[in-house]
Amino acid sequence: MTAYIIRRLLLLPLILFGVTLIIFSFTQILGPEKLLSAYVNPNVFDKLSNEELDKLIEKYGLNEPMWTRYFKWLGGVLRGDLGWSVTAKQPVAQAIKERIPYTIELALYAIIPVIGVGIWLGVAAAVNRDKFLDHFIRIFAIIGWSLPDFVFGLIVLMIFYSALGWFPPGTMSAWAEEIVKSPEFKRFTHILSIDALLNGRLDIFWDALRHLIGPILTISWLWWAYLLRITRSSMLEVLGKEYVRTARAKGVPEKDVIHKHARKNAMIPVVTVAGAMVIGLLAGTVIVEVIFNRIGMGRFTAQAATQLDYAAVLGSVLFYSTVLIIGNLIIDILYAALDPRIRLG
Amino acid sequence: MNTELKRTLRKLFKNPSAILGFSLLTFFIIVAIFAPLISPPINPMFPDENGNPMKLDNPYIMPILSWSSDPVPPSKDHPFGMIAGRDILYGVVWGTRTAFKIGLIVVTASTFFGIIIGSIAGYFGGWVDEVLMRITDVFLSIPFLLAAMVLTTILGSGLDKVMIAMIIFGWMATARLIRANILQVKEEQFVLAAKALGIKNYIIILRHILPNTIFPVLVQATMRLGSLVITAAALSFLGLGAPIGYADWGSMLNYTRNYILGASGQALAYWYTVFYPGIAMVLFVLAWNLVGDALRDVFDPKLK
Repeated sequence: MTAYIIRRLLLLPLILFGVTLIIFSFTQILGPEKLLSAYVNPNVFDKLSNEELDKLIEKYGLNEPMWTRYFKWLGGVLRGDLGWSVTAKQPVAQAIKERIPYTIELALYAIIPVIGVGIWLGVAAAVNRDKFLDHFIRIFAIIGWSLPDFVFGLIVLMIFYSALGWFPPGTMSAWAEEIVKSPEFKRFTHILSIDALLNGRLDIFWDALRHLIGPILTISWLWWAYLLRITRSSMLEVLGKEYVRTARAKGVPEKDVIHKHARKNAMIPVVTVAGAMVIGLLAGTVIVEVIFNRIGMGRFTAQAATQLDYAAVLGSVLFYSTVLIIGNLIIDILYAALDPRIRLG
Repeated sequence: MNTELKRTLRKLFKNPSAILGFSLLTFFIIVAIFAPLISPPINPMFPDENGNPMKLDNPYIMPILSWSSDPVPPSKDHPFGMIAGRDILYGVVWGTRTAFKIGLIVVTASTFFGIIIGSIAGYFGGWVDEVLMRITDVFLSIPFLLAAMVLTTILGSGLDKVMIAMIIFGWMATARLIRANILQVKEEQFVLAAKALGIKNYIIILRHILPNTIFPVLVQATMRLGSLVITAAALSFLGLGAPIGYADWGSMLNYTRNYILGASGQALAYWYTVFYPGIAMVLFVLAWNLVGDALRDVFDPKLK
C-alpha cells in the first residue's frame, strides 16, 4: 500500500509534465502571429507593416524553437507566473484564484443534494426491485442520463426565471454586488454565501442561494442518474449475498437487514463514484456557468478558449488536471482503505 | 441460425427498454435516410427560370425562408415553428444526419485508435506497456469537455475540428479496456499454442486475441456514442462547432438562448425553439443508451 502511494506520488509530476507538454504543443499549431495576440491587440495588426510585425514577434521570442519557449513557460509556471490573460485583463494566476471560490461554492452546494438524494433513490430502487417504484426511479435515471445539461439548463431558465421569476441567472443581484464590493463587507473565505453569513447579512445569503438553485437543479438530475444506477446495482449484488440471507433467516427485521447489513457494504463502490463526482463537479461546471452566466472557473475557461487567450487556457487546463490527478489518487487510497479485499499494485 | 444467437436475441427482445431503444434508433435511422423526402433541400424563396424552387448546394445549410429573425410559432407549413428565418423541422430532420455522422465517425475512429494502442500495450507488455499506459494516463488527466474545447478552438472551430478533437481525446477508455482483456486472454492455451507454432505477433493479435475481446469494446462504443453526441452538441452550443444556420441540434439550441426570456407578458412564448431540437437530442441519446444497456446485459449478465 505504502509502496503504491509512493509510486503514484512519484508519477504525479511526470503526468503533469506530460499534460503541459501536450497542451503547450497544441497551442503551437497557432503560429507566431496568433500567439502574438496574447501580447498585442489583434485589431492593431492590420495597421502594422510586415517588418513591424516581425519585430514584435522577435521581441516576444515567438519565433524561437518550441522547446526554448516551452521551458521558458514552464519556468514561469514553477515560479507561479502563468502569464497574462487577455480575457480577464489580469495575470492568469490571479484570475484563477479569484474564480475558484465561486466554482467551489457551486460544487459544494450541488454535492449535498446529489449524493444524499442519489444514494437514497438507488437504495429505494434496489429494495423495491421490479416493483413500480423501481421502474419509476429507473426511468427517471435513464432520462436524466440522456439529458444534456445545456438542454435542461435552458428549460430550467425558461421555467424558473422567465415564467416564475424565482431563480435569476448570474452570481448575485446588483444591489448585493454593491454591498459585497464595499469595504464594510469582509471577505473571510471568498465563498459568497458563507461570507454573507459571517457578515451577518442574511439578505445577501438568500440572494446568493437564489442564484445557486438553478445551476444546482441542472447539475443534480444528471448526476443523480449516474449515482443511483451504481447504488442500485451495488445494493442488489449485496442483497443477494449469503450473509444477508443468514441475517434474514435469523429473523433480523428487514429494515435492519437493509440499513445495517446490506447498505454499508453496498457503499464501497459508491464511495469511488461519489469521489469521482466531486472532481467531476469541479470540472463539470463549464456549461452551467455559461448558461446561468455565473462567475467561475468554467465560464472563464470557456471564454478564454473561444477568444484564443492561450495563456489563460494553458493555466486553466493545468489547474483542472492537477485537481483531477490528486483527486483520483485520494479516491484510490480511500477505496483501498475502505475495502481490505482490494490490493493496490 | 445457431441456438446461442437465437437465445441472445430472444433475451434482448423480451426487455422492454431494449425494445424502446431499438425502436427509437430505427426511427432516427429512417428519418436520417429519408431526410430529403421529409424536408426537401430546396429554397422556395428563390425560384429558378422555370418557377421551380431552387435546389440547395449543401442541404446541411438550412435555407433562409424569411428575413425576420424572430421565432414564428408552429403552423401548418412549419409544424415545429421557425427561428432566424429558418424552419425548425428542417433543422431537426437534417440534424439527425449530422448527429449520426458525428457519433459514428468519432466512435469508429477513437475505438480504432484505442484498439491499436491497447493491443500493443497488452500484448507486448514490459516497457512498451508502461510507456503507452502512462501516455494514456496523461490524456485521461485532462477533463474531456475541456480538452475537446481547447483543441477545437486551436484548430479553428467547425464541426470537422470538433470531431478531430474528440477523436484525439476519446481513445483512452477503449485502450484500457482492450489492454485489460488481452492481459487475460494472453495466457490462454490457444494463444500459447499459436505462439509455439511460430505465428507472427500481429496475426496472433488480429486472428486469435481480438475476436475474443471485441464484444465488450463494441458494447462500450455503443454506450459512448450518446455521450459523444452530447459533447459535440455542447461545443456547438458554446459556439465552437457548427455555425449558426447549420442543421445541427447544438447550434440550433445555441441560437435559441437569445429568446429564452420569452415575449413580453408571455414567458414561455418561444417554447418550441428549445423543445424540438432538445427533444430530438434527448431521444437520440436515450436510444443509444438503452441499446448500449441492453447489449451489456446480454454480453455481461453480471452487471445488471
